[in-house]
Amino acid sequence: MADSTFKLSVVSPERLVLSEEVEAAQVPGKNGYLGILPGHAPMMTELDIGELSYRQGDRTSYLAVTWGYCEVLSDQVIVLAERAERAEDVDRERAQSSMERARQRLSNLQDPDTDFLRASTSLQRALIRMQVSQKAGGSG
Amino acid sequence: MPNVLDIRRRIRSVRNTQQITKAMKMVSAAKLRRAQEAILRARPYAGRILEVVRSLMARSEVRPHPLLQEREERNIQLVVVTADKGLCGAFNANIVKAAEGFIREKEDKSIDLFCVGRKGLDYFGKRTTPVRHQQVNLFQRIEYGHAREITGKLVSQFLSGERDAVYLLYNEFKSVIQQRIVVERLLPIPPILLALEQNPVDYIYEQPAAEILNTLMPRHVEVQVFRALLESSAAEHGARMTAMDAATNNAVEMIDSLTLTMNRARQAGITKEIIEVVSGAAALT
Repeated sequence: MADSTFKLSVVSPERLVLSEEVEAAQVPGKNGYLGILPGHAPMMTELDIGELSYRQGDRTSYLAVTWGYCEVLSDQVIVLAERAERAEDVDRERAQSSMERARQRLSNLQDPDTDFLRASTSLQRALIRMQVSQKAGGSG
Repeated sequence: MPNVLDIRRRIRSVRNTQQITKAMKMVSAAKLRRAQEAILRARPYAGRILEVVRSLMARSEVRPHPLLQEREERNIQLVVVTADKGLCGAFNANIVKAAEGFIREKEDKSIDLFCVGRKGLDYFGKRTTPVRHQQVNLFQRIEYGHAREITGKLVSQFLSGERDAVYLLYNEFKSVIQQRIVVERLLPIPPILLALEQNPVDYIYEQPAAEILNTLMPRHVEVQVFRALLESSAAEHGARMTAMDAATNNAVEMIDSLTLTMNRARQAGITKEIIEVVSGAAALT
């Protein structure tokens, strides 16, 4: 594979979020972030809540993804994400308010198990969305 | 002899109804287009998930997944997908009839229902078959979250052994004027669906394949449910569009025949008046 790019598609149940030729991508794997360059061996991994980034030339773009799978094939990478949002599309205010809500829920917990899990995941999700949206439009 | 004024009033009322049905038809057409687009947009995700599941299943070290486990069907859950609103022809009636048929067919088993959409609940809420779960008012805006919620309940009851099978009953969108009623077995997942077509890609798995499969399987079911919701919604709008189109045509026909009757009545009135004038004049001379 002499190609210097590969095709990255991000698919969510509601739509095809992204399908572009990229030079490199970084995905939030369950066991940690991993970078993918052209010519990667076929691989399959589960994704965590996190930030997905990809590079085209000297421009780096970001997406917030929530759970999913990443499938690396010889010339393309397919990300199946339960939810995926481009940095530009993130609703800052909503992310902010859901972050505050989650924080509040975490601070006054009564029912220990399920609620905690839900609150902490939604906090994590909100944080990632905030983080990603700050990088919106930021090239380089 | 019908009164001209009454007929005129009647025509006006029919015309108002016609305007409403016409508007509803147009709204449905727009919604239908959006629903069809949603189906198309959901397709890539569903396709990929299925393929990944297939290639995972093909690996020998993965032992049978609990969601595939066949048991003797004693307790069955039937998910009935209807619309939230009426005025869409026989759409809801057909589903309800099919559900009744299904229940009769499996009379010797214990069946309970999961009603998705208000109309099904309205009907079965007053009948003997128990409605265990319900989910209404979701067709305004279908989100993947709805499918996840529904599937969560179904899967947990299947895994706990409370239910031996879950069937899904919904209207499939065939074309604008045609809906097809589909009964699908959702759980256990029919193995035929997961048979591999071509050779699997030999992946490096970051996590053990079985572990990935465990989280992927429920998601596959979610996608099935999500697709059923989208299909049903598109079918509903299609059905409503046809029903409203028919209603509009009927109104046109009715206006025509009423206008004819009105003209006749008017003419008769005029003729009568002329006769009166003429005979009055004749009496004078």
